[in-house]
Amino acid sequence: MTAPSKEFMEMKQKAMQITGAEAVIRSLLEEGVETIFGYPGGAIMPVYDALYDFDKQVRHILTRHEQGAVHAAQGYARVTGDVGVCFATSGPGATNLITGIADAMIDSTPLVCITGQVASPLLGTDAFQESDVVGISMPVTKWNYQITTPEEIPTAIAQAFYIARSGRPGPVVLDLTKDAQFGKVDFTYKRCEKIRSYVPEYPLDKESLKSAADLINSAKKPFLLFGQGVVLSGAERELQEFIEKAGIPAAGTLLGLSALDSEHELNTGMLGMHGNYGPNIKTNECDVLIAVGMRFDDRVTGDVKRYARQAKVIHLEIDPSEINKIIKADVAVLGDAKKSLRMLTRLVKKQEHTDWVNEFHQAADIENEKVIQKDLFPVKPGLTMGEVVRMSSELTNNQSVVVADVGQNQMAAARYSKFSKTRSHISSGGLGTMGFGLPAAIGAKIGAPDREVVAFVGDGGLQMTIQELGTIAQENLPVKLVVLNNHFLGMVRQWQQLFFERRYSFTEMVNPDFVKIAEGFGIPGKQVTTREELKVAMKEMIDNPGPFLLDVLVEKEDNIFPMVPTGASVSDILLSAEE
Amino acid sequence: MKEEFIISAYSENHIGLLNRITIIFTRRKVNIESLTVSESALSGISKFTIVVREERSRVENIVKQIEKQVDVLKAYFHTNEEMIFQEIALYKVPTQALMESDQIERMVRKHNARILEITKDYTVIEKTGHKEETQELFEGLNKFGVLQFIRSGRVAITRSANERLSEFLAERDALLASIEMKSN
Ligand SMILES: Cc1ncc(C[n+]2csc(CCOP(=O)(O)OP(=O)(O)O)c2C)c(N)n1
Ligand SMILES: [Mg+2]
Repeated sequence: MTAPSKEFMEMKQKAMQITGAEAVIRSLLEEGVETIFGYPGGAIMPVYDALYDFDKQVRHILTRHEQGAVHAAQGYARVTGDVGVCFATSGPGATNLITGIADAMIDSTPLVCITGQVASPLLGTDAFQESDVVGISMPVTKWNYQITTPEEIPTAIAQAFYIARSGRPGPVVLDLTKDAQFGKVDFTYKRCEKIRSYVPEYPLDKESLKSAADLINSAKKPFLLFGQGVVLSGAERELQEFIEKAGIPAAGTLLGLSALDSEHELNTGMLGMHGNYGPNIKTNECDVLIAVGMRFDDRVTGDVKRYARQAKVIHLEIDPSEINKIIKADVAVLGDAKKSLRMLTRLVKKQEHTDWVNEFHQAADIENEKVIQKDLFPVKPGLTMGEVVRMSSELTNNQSVVVADVGQNQMAAARYSKFSKTRSHISSGGLGTMGFGLPAAIGAKIGAPDREVVAFVGDGGLQMTIQELGTIAQENLPVKLVVLNNHFLGMVRQWQQLFFERRYSFTEMVNPDFVKIAEGFGIPGKQVTTREELKVAMKEMIDNPGPFLLDVLVEKEDNIFPMVPTGASVSDILLSAEE
Repeated sequence: MKEEFIISAYSENHIGLLNRITIIFTRRKVNIESLTVSESALSGISKFTIVVREERSRVENIVKQIEKQVDVLKAYFHTNEEMIFQEIALYKVPTQALMESDQIERMVRKHNARILEITKDYTVIEKTGHKEETQELFEGLNKFGVLQFIRSGRVAITRSANERLSEFLAERDALLASIEMKSN
């Protein structure tokens, strides 16, 4: 056999080359991506063209707005623990992603967002749909990078995934010029395993763990706060084993909530502004406060000067910049929560703090009498958000994935849902992004197709991303949407009532008929105004195999209590407006 | 109490990183008094030297935020006393003034400055030192009319034995190897 000619070899070489656009798709496949949320446009058309040939390997969800795509990717990431992926075009496509990227940044959600960009020779010329996406997204990304040649694509994508998912997760933006998409590259892919300038997590420090264990072992009134870090590190079981062994009552942040079974005897509820009474007042009575994977957000701490002053604080945290940022830690344990908790469980003594745990029960009784009973079994005919949420929880055996929008509906969803599985509560915490709920529910449903996904949204927030009903319809996603409709920007109205002398400045809304709108999208729905209708309709919603919109007209001027007013101490939590 | 601190950071030499670092200050409304970026002893690794007047706790927080950036290897902060630092200043004075008396020459000698270039129109003088020193010379020369004046950002070096950057990189490799990451 004669050796193949030089021309033949060159031809073969060329044949193995693929376009940058195809390299994008192949790189995503290498990272195990199954779903992409996106919206096409000029600058990302080559990537979309390449995607056309991969419809067997990867599912692309066309949302109705890029904000919908990014929130859906967040919902997907939060429910699966995988990296959420979205595509958008340059200019307005990319800027429409920013709200979701900022939300993912503050809530530590792993995302890789790929934006098209004008061809590299046009950069900086104010070309059509050029915007400085790297510049705009810099403050709200864990990392971002502009790719201008096809050769950079595999490495940049590998790094993007590694950075997004490792350590404290976060969003990454890759801005991809059009010429890089069109150019040819020899494709080989290698996953990124380390970056020398980046320490995703620190190894456990035995000394600090030992000091933490000593404090815990001698504590009389220890109290544990768990945040989303527990979920992100997959430390749910370790958390439970730890509190059970050391006999420590625990409470979750908004984002941590579903990390521990709501019915667990040591789960004392939710922290924060509208959290439970016990966890808030006991924060200022405990002697050792153990914070795991949480960042002492001001909605959790209230006035920091009057926060847990009496307690020794132990902070288990993966991100060094969170240590001593808000609350000074007496003992800081850097590292992954799963590893830290596992080690700590070995070091602590088996204990019970029966009297102390009982104090939480007593506080719960007070809250039950003054707040919860009124919310769940109201004497007034008007429906409360609380009873709607609780009914959904009961009808789904506390098994559903609960997605919430922002406002009173969000707080009702968090307070009255019960969780028996982790990654079951998806809510915009740090940014409080109205409009998050509906698209996040889409992502959650795609990420967890076998679970019931119920989204509670306000009439205000729904109208911020209502067009995503189109996405639900097109994909026929069985998302259950419960509108807690009070014809108000309820949470703002509540503040106006309590702190601005009932001056309801621009918070009342004339709403469209949401059921008709849903119908227009081909989504069945019902409106209910009474308790009797509610139960029937909610059953119908759950039993319906497809999507469903339930518009619940709730009491217009109800308030969410308890409440720690801004600037007050957690122990000054109010149980009602009369206090 | 606000004090002057020198922040040093080592980073990869990547486009946009300067922006990533400065927005950490902007977001907190902290003014950067001076900023110098240049290649360090190791090629490919940049060194930032940033001077701020702030409270220690805020500086600690800012330094952690800098170090948190993916492309930053390490960030530190020091008080002025803990470092040896210099700035460089250039002054342009009319050559005429130099010719008319020996005062400028004396000033140059007294301040340990030196003359870089003389043309018939102007003379360029260079001085390195702390800000007060370069400022003092400026005020002296300005009696003769300084035509142009420029002062650099601060460069600073610690009092400890050496930069140990290469050792740092070896330690970093060991650290990264020691963390077993969760399998994804
Ligand atoms: C994008 C955005 N704009 C404004 C706000 C401020 N805000 C917080 S809650 C709220 C009211 C939300 O009203 P609605 O969606 O009807 O929910 P409700 O509180 O009535 O349950 C507003 C306007 C926000 N969080 N997000
Ligand atoms: Mg409302």
